[in-house]
Amino acid sequence: MNDMRIAERAVTSETSKMSAQGVQVYYGSNHALKDVDVEILDKTVTAFIGPSGCGKSTFLRCLNRMNDTVASARVLGTILLEGEDIYDKRVDPVTLRAKVGMVFQKPNPFPKSIYENVAYGPRIHGLTRNKAELDEVVEQSLRKAALWNEVKDRLDAPGTGLSGGQQQRLCIARAIATSPEVLLMDEPCSALDPIATAQVEELIDELRSQFSVVIVTHSMQQAARVSQRTAFFHLGNLVEYGETGQIFTNPRDPRTESYITGRIG
Amino acid sequence: MTDATLHSAQPSRSLLASDARTRRRKAAEKRFRAYGLIAISLGLAALVFLLASVLGNGLGAFRQTFVEIPVTLDEATLDKAGTRDPKAMAKVTTVGYGKLIAAALEAELAAKGLDTAAVDSKAIMGLMSKEAAADLRNMVLADPSLIGQTITFDAAATSRVDGFFKGRVTLESAERDSNISPEQLHLAQAMKDAGLIETKLNLWGFLSSPDASELRPEVAGLGVAILGSAYMMLIVLCLSLPIGVAASIYLEEMAPKNKWTDMIEVNIANLAAVPSIVYGILALALFINFMGLPQSAPMVGGLVLTLMTLPTIIIATRAALKAVPPSIRDAALGVGASRMQSIFHHVLPLAMPGILTGTILGLARALGESAPLLLIGMVAFVKDFPAAPPEGLMEPATALPVQVYQWTQRSDPAFVERASGAIIVLLVFLLVMNAVAIVLRRRFERRW
Repeated sequence: MNDMRIAERAVTSETSKMSAQGVQVYYGSNHALKDVDVEILDKTVTAFIGPSGCGKSTFLRCLNRMNDTVASARVLGTILLEGEDIYDKRVDPVTLRAKVGMVFQKPNPFPKSIYENVAYGPRIHGLTRNKAELDEVVEQSLRKAALWNEVKDRLDAPGTGLSGGQQQRLCIARAIATSPEVLLMDEPCSALDPIATAQVEELIDELRSQFSVVIVTHSMQQAARVSQRTAFFHLGNLVEYGETGQIFTNPRDPRTESYITGRIG
Repeated sequence: MTDATLHSAQPSRSLLASDARTRRRKAAEKRFRAYGLIAISLGLAALVFLLASVLGNGLGAFRQTFVEIPVTLDEATLDKAGTRDPKAMAKVTTVGYGKLIAAALEAELAAKGLDTAAVDSKAIMGLMSKEAAADLRNMVLADPSLIGQTITFDAAATSRVDGFFKGRVTLESAERDSNISPEQLHLAQAMKDAGLIETKLNLWGFLSSPDASELRPEVAGLGVAILGSAYMMLIVLCLSLPIGVAASIYLEEMAPKNKWTDMIEVNIANLAAVPSIVYGILALALFINFMGLPQSAPMVGGLVLTLMTLPTIIIATRAALKAVPPSIRDAALGVGASRMQSIFHHVLPLAMPGILTGTILGLARALGESAPLLLIGMVAFVKDFPAAPPEGLMEPATALPVQVYQWTQRSDPAFVERASGAIIVLLVFLLVMNAVAIVLRRRFERRW
């Protein structure tokens, strides 16, 4: 871990984008997440770290209501996106997910062409008026995902034919094509090799100028490299949340220290 | 500690010599392989026997013996008024045409110099199918311009003569047969030598003619049965595919997982195993007695086969939907697709090969099903083609397997040949459907 690099990454924004207050999640009778309060800042990369089963992915999936698809899941507490409760009855999860995009652990492009993969979101949300605009959105999204130069000559090729790292960047392009305000990433590099991982990490850093990014990761080095703020989860509790530099160099909670030094987890 | 002493107590064995235990294990494996081979050989032998018997009996049905004679269509007998008006011409019955054919045949025999002393003129006419006169009449009524011309008329030979040239009927069996005499067969042989009788391929005739009565197996065909089966398959496809797919999507993707859906699932699996004749009884009670739909109609047959096929299609579709990885659903929901959009844009296309395969296999089973059709009156003698859909769906028809069943019930051995021929046609249809299912699965199977 390079402490010098961490120190450089000061948080530049102080505006809150999403705010979670007293979030509890139950899967059936299993209390998976206990009383979590997190402020996610605008134009900031927030990393969730913690051992397997600590609830970090569960919390991430609460932020765009992907837990709605799990029949046994129950979410209590308040999560606000720019002051609006996303669990309000009037909120349609479909519009929420256009604003809060998601990239999954395993690259999961649709078995369609590269173009169709990216164009799908804008198309179902009616974000473009004609083909030319859609083409523009697709190109911009692929450029932002640092994939344009590699695929511009074969947009009609199937997305599943790309390499693992390219597929994951395609999924990122797909997620940012709907111009989300927050991008959730659930261990986006766990299925990638180190080179692809480096590319995606670089990309995350660039994306932060436009969105706030929330990333769940198993790798503490990755959290230290890409994030400005870090939250440490343990056994369903949010143990510590603060600036990445502080968490890794001067943790306040002994459990955080044990985890980042490799004694638990 | 004890382990170590145990091991060291055993003498070290050579790898080259196998001990009794290894030999026993090897022998057991060999026996098991032998059982498997025997089982497969028995199965193959049964298949070969079935195919040999069906093909041996049935291939003859695709060939037919015809009497070829030039017939002059005399205007004075067939169209007295000379108007060529089919309505007026219809007054001449088959008896009139029969006389015309008889005269033409006797004249042709005399012209070829064949000896007809041993057979009277009735017996000469007996060489030809009783359907010949009606065939000629239909031909003329369909095309009145033939009148006045001399045409070469192919009349089907009677089934005994046909059987004689196919080896089914012999001079000895003819001695004991009231329908044919050895003298007639001698004449038939002479006519064949003179080129008046020929056994030739009759594929289209067999596939397109309607059924015929007990007395004229030589003109009985599968036309009505194939059409009836096609109508029923159409109904089954149009009803069971949308209903089955919709039900599966609801159960698999939308329904809450509770004891009610569990119960429905178990019951669907049970329905797939219900004997098909039970569906026949249900159809009789529901569609015919209660709803008052006509008997023998492809509509009722299609409905009952739909009921029978639905569980198969639902099970296959649910399996196909289940096989689509959840990551695809997540991906669609993640970019803000609704549940419906994620299903119809992504999940269903991926499940399509499985759904189509299941549907085709379900259809194939429905095509070969006869038991439920027995109960709704499709085992009937139907000589008239049903009209085109939709009216035709309510008119009487038969189906391929039912036609097989019917023909095997008849006493004339010529119908055994016809029944085996019908089985061949049915098997070909089933093979084609299964092949299509395999091709679809291969062609549209996508990797992810």
